[in-house]
Amino acid sequence: MENAKWIGMQLLRMAVLLAAVTVTVFVLLSLSPIDPLTTNVGQTALGSMSGEQVERLKEYWGVGTPAAARFLGWARDFLRGDMGISLLYRRPVAQVIGERFFNSVWLMIWAWLLSGFMGFGLGILAGRKRGGTADRLVTGYCLLTASTPAFWIAMVLLMIFAVWLKWLPIGLAVPIGTAADEVGLGDRIYHMILPALALSLTGISSVALHTREKLAAVMESDYVLFARARGESERSILVRHGLKNIALPAMTLQFASVSEIFGGSVLVEQVFSYPGLGQAAVTAGLGSDVPLLMGITVITAAVVFGGNTAANILYGLIDPRMRKGRKKG
Amino acid sequence: MDGHLLEVKGLSITFTQYERGLRRVSLPVIRDLGVTVDRGEMVAVIGSSGSGKSLLAHAVMGILPYNASAEGEIRYQGEILTEKRKKALRGRELVLVPQSVSYLDPLMRVGEQVKNGRKGRKWEEACRRVLGSYGLGPETESLYPFQLSGGMTRRVLISTAVMENPRLVIADEPTPGLHPEAAKRVLGHFREMTEAGAGVLLITHDLNLALQTADRVVVLYAGTAVEETDSRAFCREETLYHPYTRALYRAMPEHGFKSEPGSQPYVKELPSGCPYRPRCAMAGPECAGPVPLRKTDRGWVRCVRKEGEA
Repeated sequence: MENAKWIGMQLLRMAVLLAAVTVTVFVLLSLSPIDPLTTNVGQTALGSMSGEQVERLKEYWGVGTPAAARFLGWARDFLRGDMGISLLYRRPVAQVIGERFFNSVWLMIWAWLLSGFMGFGLGILAGRKRGGTADRLVTGYCLLTASTPAFWIAMVLLMIFAVWLKWLPIGLAVPIGTAADEVGLGDRIYHMILPALALSLTGISSVALHTREKLAAVMESDYVLFARARGESERSILVRHGLKNIALPAMTLQFASVSEIFGGSVLVEQVFSYPGLGQAAVTAGLGSDVPLLMGITVITAAVVFGGNTAANILYGLIDPRMRKGRKKG
Repeated sequence: MDGHLLEVKGLSITFTQYERGLRRVSLPVIRDLGVTVDRGEMVAVIGSSGSGKSLLAHAVMGILPYNASAEGEIRYQGEILTEKRKKALRGRELVLVPQSVSYLDPLMRVGEQVKNGRKGRKWEEACRRVLGSYGLGPETESLYPFQLSGGMTRRVLISTAVMENPRLVIADEPTPGLHPEAAKRVLGHFREMTEAGAGVLLITHDLNLALQTADRVVVLYAGTAVEETDSRAFCREETLYHPYTRALYRAMPEHGFKSEPGSQPYVKELPSGCPYRPRCAMAGPECAGPVPLRKTDRGWVRCVRKEGEA
């Protein structure tokens, strides 16, 4: 009963969030100064067209229809499960997203795991002894990468590993000129290394800095002091008290970083011409492909929300203070 | 006999702080403190709350924070207590009973913490027996610290000490937040430890409770030890020698409840010489210089005034 109520609340919150996000995106798009006709058809082409053709194009891109009417039309279809047809790709939005989602998720999971584990490890190394050599090195590295934009790192990696060293491909998710069914797993991984690395590099610093801060606080806590007074070794303190007490915040952070990785993927995919959701979002935004952008927005918001909810659930399951507290209350 | 169980001589603890970024300030939290504890004896160090007297416990245990440094001599069973010896002894012969629930790992069950990671039948039985002796049933072992009441927390913390067969117990503020009955019971537990042959150093701000259980008392004023005497000296004002100790006496509910004007100076604004000088009715120009210790019939006092002088 208690659980059913909680799940209901979460679903309601998600619905409200999605509604708010879609409205916001729609308003922003309708305020956008981009004229879909000039952008997608081109000034010259438009000039050579007859008035009738231009009218048809205007109707296709929804120019002239009030924004509210367009939004309601989109929302009605969406609630029926129809995400519409992408105006640029001329294919169902669901299909475009499905394809790109696969590419992106693949990339993001790697980046997510990489930044999570590396960040956690570096954070522990630094936080064990605040002000130590390891701490200064890790913090320095983190501040450096945290203040560097992801797309710039992506370009630097591209220059070093793809252009100069020629170890890795310069872009795309699969080799050029290969039939789709000939693309193997190896090819995909080969193409994914650089974007995943670029995406995780900045993520590492945020996870590492947060983990360091938490661990340093734990190591300076009263209970660690008491553990020392009881003759526990520093190693045992780290394992028995430290890791346990930073596991929870680290987990929350890890799930919360889903949104950061999603955000970063937009730029990184653009740099590597990687055909993922992020790149599609840029294309859709610049080309006023409303149905596609709305679809991507909804999916992204749902995934990020899912990440945060997962953190909430795990927290409740693992932390005795929350678990027992809930039972009592 | 090889001297006192614990002998602290001329202990000064300095705290380094950074003010407004770059200016380094040294705060003399404890100055020239001397105290001895013998086997079977309970000695109380009395100081006001927030005066840094916990650092005395931390200095003896060798767990001072990185920005604090200690000077002076600490001997344990007659031998200098080096960092290496502290490391070897702490948690075994030398135990600390900390003050609050924050000294327990919030994510570890009580039983696990009392056993301190040791496994096996022997330790499980010992843990059950010790908790049981303080009226805590076996169900306590599976509780987390946040589920303990204030009194239970205190008894759990004491249990961690008793698990070890300690020779010297340092109790850091074991009573705040407890109602008088519970506080008395807690101090009773420490008394039991002295009966078992251990020495107890009690660090507290609660003069009344200390006098009820401790054999001897060292009074701190703004980080300076002003007098050491036995607990019975507090029966009459005349047997106390330092003006501050006398003021404490007069402030006790049964002796008039009279408080002196003013407050203890902050360590940064200490006057030279006797720190009590600005508030002392008997202060004279000689109080501004160094004040030596003077033996009394019950201990010592740090005051230039001889008995009867005013």
